[in-house]
Amino acid sequence: MKLIIAIIQPHRLEQVKEKLYDAEVNLITVSEVLGHGRQKGVTEIYRGFKETGNLLRKIRLEIAVNDNFVEPTIRAITEGARTGQIGDGKIFVLDLPECIRIRTGESGGEAIG
Amino acid sequence: MKKLLLLILVVLCLSTANVFGESGTTQSQQTAIATPAALKVDTGDTAWVLISSALVMLMTPGLAFFYGGLVRRKNILGILMQCFIILAALSLQWVLFGYSLSFSPGNGFIGSLKWFGLRGVGLEPYPDYSATIPHQAFMIFQAMFAVITPALIIGAFAERMKFSAFLIFTLLWATFVYDPIAHMVWGVGGWLRNLGVLDFAGGTAVHINAGIAALVTAIIVGKRKCYDKHPTPPHNLPFSVLGAALLWFGWFGFNAGSALGANGLATNAFVVTNTAAAAAALSWAFLDWRFNGNPTMLGTISGAVAGLVAITPAAGFVGIGAAIMIGLLVSVFCFVAVGFVKRRFGYDDSLDAFGIHGIGGIWGALATGLFATKAINPAGADGLLLGNPRQFLIQLAAVIVTIVYALVITFIIYKLVDVVIGVRVVEEEEAMGLDLTQHNERAYTMLE
Repeated sequence: MKLIIAIIQPHRLEQVKEKLYDAEVNLITVSEVLGHGRQKGVTEIYRGFKETGNLLRKIRLEIAVNDNFVEPTIRAITEGARTGQIGDGKIFVLDLPECIRIRTGESGGEAIG
Repeated sequence: MKKLLLLILVVLCLSTANVFGESGTTQSQQTAIATPAALKVDTGDTAWVLISSALVMLMTPGLAFFYGGLVRRKNILGILMQCFIILAALSLQWVLFGYSLSFSPGNGFIGSLKWFGLRGVGLEPYPDYSATIPHQAFMIFQAMFAVITPALIIGAFAERMKFSAFLIFTLLWATFVYDPIAHMVWGVGGWLRNLGVLDFAGGTAVHINAGIAALVTAIIVGKRKCYDKHPTPPHNLPFSVLGAALLWFGWFGFNAGSALGANGLATNAFVVTNTAAAAAALSWAFLDWRFNGNPTMLGTISGAVAGLVAITPAAGFVGIGAAIMIGLLVSVFCFVAVGFVKRRFGYDDSLDAFGIHGIGGIWGALATGLFATKAINPAGADGLLLGNPRQFLIQLAAVIVTIVYALVITFIIYKLVDVVIGVRVVEEEEAMGLDLTQHNERAYTMLE
């Protein structure tokens, strides 16, 4: 099991969601975050309003998947979020030791889907 | 583009300087020849019309919050800005030439440029419109109507129109649609006025007119990108409630002020306005409850606004019973238009400018032909229910003329602006929101 965390441009969320649904990845947590990359937000100012300091608004996605879904998920996020310009974001893939569904108490791979 | 705007500005400055220079002398000449007995300014009437003008002015920011709460949070400044800039731009348009085109003596279709820059529009009464208040008081009261009418339309193309295109569209629309219709319905010599149309405070000129323009623009600008995929819930419903409350408050000026005096007719208009709004708000709440499961805040304020729209043309001609009927029924018609007709035909009238103002306005204009009575206003007429079907037919004719005129000219103006600079924002800008892409501002920060 892996936990995929992606930071993307806010205005690409719709496309990313569509691509994820196409890849049959339907479980997703979304939050609004602030941050900046190597350019410290400076070069990106024409497409994002600067918050406190140089922080820019981004969307953070968290998706827990079984191993066979890792590649399709990464592909979907990349296709949906890529504009080719600075600030498109990053994808982090983490090992996920355990997952428990609260309602039933199931754990492991079957609890994810 | 910028050079053109600059040129227009310079020409305007020069022409106004010239006009204001002259108008001083015109006014003093008028004062010299005026017969004081015929042109006595009534202080009570004047006070009420000036206060009413201020009340109607507040409706435009009220509308901005009503609409602003309904859009997604990335577009609220776009809405507030559009409303506020209309207040500024149309106020100038009106004193420069809009008032003259609408109300100066001309032909049956449009006024002239005789009163350009308010030349000859002085502080004495102008008895053709009102014998007891200064002409400029009537002018500024009407200015607020000219401001709010184009502001109503923005609900139809919300969240997807370029600010530059919006500005040009609005100025052209005010000049070539609102001004002629206002002249036809209210101006001396206007052919609908001469026909005997009853429109107390702007059912045809304001609400049907803006409602039809809304329908036309909503259809040709096209749906928002997300429209077919998922609903876009209001981002701040409390703003919309605040806006609706300000509209209700301001509407007392809109309708009761249209009596142009502090008198019994104004009181009648005030009372029926409040009554119709109340009946319509309740009616919509119960429709929501019955058909959607819950009485909603959004439904209740939509009902209140629909009731205010519908009573507008009738306010000076009907009594309490009719006001309740008009209010109860307008919510039924608008509820169907917003909930079923819009879905059926699939146009994206984003904030229901047509569904509320168009439909509510048409019902109000026709209802005036049904319920009007000379017992309320001897200067009016009896309606169909009092055995005068002719009045109903006149109202119907006025509705049809307004619909056809607004439809055709709005379409032409839209296409013109679209060809010259393009009306719609590109897809990426729509996704990012108008606040950021059109104004480089955000309404809400995340930290501090």
